[in-house]
Amino acid sequence: MSVDATTVRRIAHLARIAVSDEEVAPLQGELNAILAFVEQLSEVDVEGVEPMTSVTPMAMKKRSDVVTDGGHARDIVFNAPETEDHYFLVPKVVE
Amino acid sequence: MTHLNELTLAEARDGLKAKDFSATDLAKAHLSAIEAARGLNAYLLETPDRALQMAGVADAKIASGEARPLEGLPLGVKDLFCTHGVATTAGSKILEGFQPHYESAVTHNLWRDGAVMLGKLNLDEFAMGSSNETSAYGDVVSPWRRAGSETKLVPGGSSGGSAAAVAAHLCLGATATDTGGSIRQPAAFTGTVGIKPTYGRCSRWGTVAYASSLDQAGPIARTVRDCAILLGSMSGADARDTTCADLAVPDFEAAVARGVKGLTIGIPKEYRVEGMSAEIQALWDKGAAMLKDAGATIREISLPHTRYALPAYYIVAPAEASSNLARYDGVRYGLRVPGKDIAGMYENTRAAGFGREVKRRIMIGTYVLSAGYYDAYYVRAQKIRTLIKRDFEEAYASGIDAILTPATPSAAFGIGEKGSGDPVEMYLQDVFTITVNMAGLPGISVPAGLDAQGLPLGLQLIGRPFDEETLFAAAQVIETAAGRTQLPKAWWA
Repeated sequence: MSVDATTVRRIAHLARIAVSDEEVAPLQGELNAILAFVEQLSEVDVEGVEPMTSVTPMAMKKRSDVVTDGGHARDIVFNAPETEDHYFLVPKVVE
Repeated sequence: MTHLNELTLAEARDGLKAKDFSATDLAKAHLSAIEAARGLNAYLLETPDRALQMAGVADAKIASGEARPLEGLPLGVKDLFCTHGVATTAGSKILEGFQPHYESAVTHNLWRDGAVMLGKLNLDEFAMGSSNETSAYGDVVSPWRRAGSETKLVPGGSSGGSAAAVAAHLCLGATATDTGGSIRQPAAFTGTVGIKPTYGRCSRWGTVAYASSLDQAGPIARTVRDCAILLGSMSGADARDTTCADLAVPDFEAAVARGVKGLTIGIPKEYRVEGMSAEIQALWDKGAAMLKDAGATIREISLPHTRYALPAYYIVAPAEASSNLARYDGVRYGLRVPGKDIAGMYENTRAAGFGREVKRRIMIGTYVLSAGYYDAYYVRAQKIRTLIKRDFEEAYASGIDAILTPATPSAAFGIGEKGSGDPVEMYLQDVFTITVNMAGLPGISVPAGLDAQGLPLGLQLIGRPFDEETLFAAAQVIETAAGRTQLPKAWWA
């Protein structure tokens, strides 16, 4: 499979990365080189093979559904570009 | 007399214990070596005040007889580990100015054991690269040069700063991470030792994520013993990482002297790849002979799905990366670039903050996870991953204790020589290391000789899950037989 320029723009939008018109063609070439490289996987017989979900045989650790931590609002917003009263500030989402 | 920064970590530990020098002396020797080596660009951030403060504490602990396992030993930290109050960039512009308010589990464990932080080390952006050329903060220059040449070489990647700093004596050891070969390949390129432990041996908590089912932390150091000492401190159970194993940490250092008598070492025929150089083949044969001379049995084995590991990785890892890196959106940390609305702000921030290779991988990951392609790419790659792991399980079930392979297809290459047109050319660097991440196994890279141009070459040993001890034992046999690599003289100072 290979991607065309429209698909490159669609992927970029899904990935939330702005791409300029000049960037589309080189990106298309690079993505197609990678897709051509992974194409060889289609020759493997995977009939009846389970997809891997955990690389080591371990059960997911569980804990009681209770509050175990908190009270760190200042730490959490410390690195944010814009904050107010321990809230993250973002451009208006709902008109 | 040997400069203090040229000691091995074990020698420095013994010297501190015998009070031959102080932790402050040791820290100062490293700080001045780092200052003289700024041209290598190995350190992104030097933390001399913190180093001297920690060394002062160490000296007090040693004086009062309370020395901890790594007391006073100066280390470098790959800038992928979050360090409390110390800027952490992951080699990306998108995290410029980020100051974590927490400490990664791995570095916490090192400071708990008395180690001293010298600074943060350069890396490929978000650990995506094999040459340290994707860092937003410039290339790292290897301390190695080809005989009679001044061409600048790459130190490998993504832990290029870690490997260069260890090889240039700018720290006794360094933390590193390995998602597809990022500890073992730079170690091989710089004549140092690096181990990627079993997935789950070290907690991933507080380490910037690239591909969570493959990422593992480990050390790079100048000897096998030094790596064993460091891994003993770095690893251990952690409830905050649900994939971190609840296992006691063995005495890795004790395993170093165990030898390989009675062990069976597998030589996988599929690693004899097309176009392999005669030099690499000869090195591999030499390594097998060293292990045989020390009492191991050598047996050829087959790992039939080896050739599919690299392409399967370039589906699984970008898919996980596209998800992990969704968090960099200009809201919670780092860079923000305004846009006409919130989506525009996200898109402009990510366009300006991510480098080319990172964008490429996020986009491939987004594509293979998108509607209509998920089964054809992602599910198929995860099935192939099951087959790759099964190959190893069958080899181990047949009585193989560890597997010997080359670490890299060649010695280090020049800055700018590879991957500029076709990204796959650079990806092929990891052809021997990537299977190990796909199967979650431990792998160690140990120097085994020099190529015709005087550059170091490494061998890789792959172990059973959670059997790093056998790797340390076998790697020590190679280190002893090959002789420790003579590291380059400080032409940069």
